[in-house]
Amino acid sequence: MTRQQVLDLYFLDARHKLIDIAAFLDRVQRSEGKDDFRIKAFRSALTKLNGGKKQKAKDVLLAFSDLSKKPIEKAGMKGAIGAAKP
Amino acid sequence: MRYIEPHAHMVSRVTDDYQRMALAGCEAVCEPAFWAGFDRSTVEGFHDYFSQLTEHEPKRAAKFGVKHFCWLCINSKEAEDVKLAEEVIALVPKFLDRPNVLGIGEIGLNKNSRNEMRVLEMQVDLAARCKQLILVHTPHLEDKLKGTRLILDVLKNDKRIRPERCIIDHVEEHTVEMVLDAGMWAGMTIYPETKCTPARAIDILETYGKERLWLNSACDWGISDPLAVPKTALEMKRRGHLAGAVEKVIFQNPKNFLGQCRNFVL
Repeated sequence: MTRQQVLDLYFLDARHKLIDIAAFLDRVQRSEGKDDFRIKAFRSALTKLNGGKKQKAKDVLLAFSDLSKKPIEKAGMKGAIGAAKP
Repeated sequence: MRYIEPHAHMVSRVTDDYQRMALAGCEAVCEPAFWAGFDRSTVEGFHDYFSQLTEHEPKRAAKFGVKHFCWLCINSKEAEDVKLAEEVIALVPKFLDRPNVLGIGEIGLNKNSRNEMRVLEMQVDLAARCKQLILVHTPHLEDKLKGTRLILDVLKNDKRIRPERCIIDHVEEHTVEMVLDAGMWAGMTIYPETKCTPARAIDILETYGKERLWLNSACDWGISDPLAVPKTALEMKRRGHLAGAVEKVIFQNPKNFLGQCRNFVL
């Protein structure tokens, strides 16, 4: 596809998602209480959207990932949270 | 538009879904053994589940002209009870000669714990001894990168395992390259919130090529879409991919991988 074609197909959908993200950040800011590791990871992931690297999706996923290498002793819970606990 | 659904948990779907999938062109559905949403408490529970996968589900699918195949294992979410896992793993060979069994799966990791690793290694050993294909679940969200690396190490360290007979499922942008570089197959799962979207899956195809990649829905008891694969195929067409390229991804690729099992006959 040409860039024009990519924009024709995906601009409106991406615009919609960007507004949703902005509204989420407004909502967080309006709410009482402290940040936790999830929103800190989210803000770090947002910085990956800037710049010319062609792997922004990969970099965002890495920003949320557990980068440790050794297995944990025991699984305390079954579900995942979405961001790696520090 | 014919397609193969390589990963769907049909025991948790209503019969209407088989009808919808048949109408959309599904010729075969492959169902890995999974976590039911609760921990099964006995090996007899697994015996009944394996019977359901090898006897009941094929009949349900056949009513709509869809062939049903399955994979057998104990899922990583149930791997903390290693004693029960050992009993289940000892049970699996009794089912391997059933005509719709494809191999051992979906094995893998969940939280990347030591017990999960032990159970993964036991099931890789089972697959090697019984010369079975392997289907692997990679962990969710923040655990996926670490888990994929650990899983690839286990598979690469067992010299009996041939990489072209392993499919590593639920890859995303940060794990797909390491899987393909290892010579294994990579599955992209189109699933809300926790895995890929159609657009991202096609981005991965356009970046890495169409070899050793497949699409699946992994539809289950969560909010998920059994028609995710044909919908992604439509998205490919929207982007200008030709019919032959679409068919390669949604039909030929799964057929090529699964055809390594003599039971996979359409």
